[in-house]
Amino acid sequence: MSVWRAIAAAALVAAAPALLAGEIPPDARRSGYSFMGPDTRAMQDDDTSNPGMLFVLDGEQLWGKKTGSAGKACADCHGDARSSMKGVAARYPAFDKTLGRPVTLDQRINLCRADHQQAAPLPYESRDLLALSAFVAHQSRGVAITAGDDPQAKPFVEQGRELFVQREGQLNLACTNCHDDNFDKRLAGAPITQAQPTGYPLYRLEWQTLGSLERRLRSCMTGVRAQAYDYGSPELVALELYLMSRARGLPMETPAVRP
Amino acid sequence: MAALINVPAKARRGDVIEIRTLTSHVMETGFRHTVDGKLVPRDIITSFTCRYNGAEIFRADLFPAIAANPYLSFFTVARESGRFEFEWVGDNGYSSTASAPITVE
Repeated sequence: MSVWRAIAAAALVAAAPALLAGEIPPDARRSGYSFMGPDTRAMQDDDTSNPGMLFVLDGEQLWGKKTGSAGKACADCHGDARSSMKGVAARYPAFDKTLGRPVTLDQRINLCRADHQQAAPLPYESRDLLALSAFVAHQSRGVAITAGDDPQAKPFVEQGRELFVQREGQLNLACTNCHDDNFDKRLAGAPITQAQPTGYPLYRLEWQTLGSLERRLRSCMTGVRAQAYDYGSPELVALELYLMSRARGLPMETPAVRP
Repeated sequence: MAALINVPAKARRGDVIEIRTLTSHVMETGFRHTVDGKLVPRDIITSFTCRYNGAEIFRADLFPAIAANPYLSFFTVARESGRFEFEWVGDNGYSSTASAPITVE
């Protein structure tokens, strides 16, 4: 029996570094952009052919529009988004001291609406919410991602990492099985990327519209036949936070275009 | 609705120039159903027109199989300074316009 125990112990020792080896070293991290074909890259690079820019334009209008019973626009407090919102999205999801948990950019916009504009929250994935978050995140284009650096956010980053390596669904797959261990290979015809969330909200040609990172995560979960978490659930926020901290240092691309 | 237009700001007389247009529209085909089985009514852009100083130079009919946020690009010859005017017309009385100037030397 001691032989078996020795083998089991050896297997455990061998397995532990293998799990760490699955993580992508910082200098090998690549945006989904580098997995795309030249046509889709060209579409993203040219602001007059990038359909995500249509939402940015809509967001710019909403930024200056008074709303809610307070009769205030985003611009009345935040001024010119080009300076006030530069680099903000690269820090989100960010820890909120009052709530004691991290909030996404979409949730921050709705918190602002509730607290300062006295306006009804915008539903997740609604055109107005996507437009506003695209406009805000666009101001961070080219800024390096730093989300998750806040020490208070660390336990939530860790929760997200646990969800990332947790097998789930009828196919019994974890995010890491594809996006750490098998990126650069193909799933059917589509390239498997590293899951670096550099360009959200982004325009997916498959969706024919802009979508949030949460929508992307939910469709991955449906893909492995798991019950997807609800929009805004703590689990999705934690995953989002972990993914952003995993993409630390990569430049923001919002609005990105993906196939 | 928002539109993105790409027309060169300057051109030499006789140059062939490319015009690129992108506009917001859901382009709902009219063939899809909701989860409870109701047909989602068709809502598409049916026609696009481009005028160069008032004269029509390009027209396209659009159909349900065209993707959301239609992107159209076409060529024309730069003849004189002036304006390009664009018009998208669609279902449910949809109409949207945009324009872009050009200087021809």
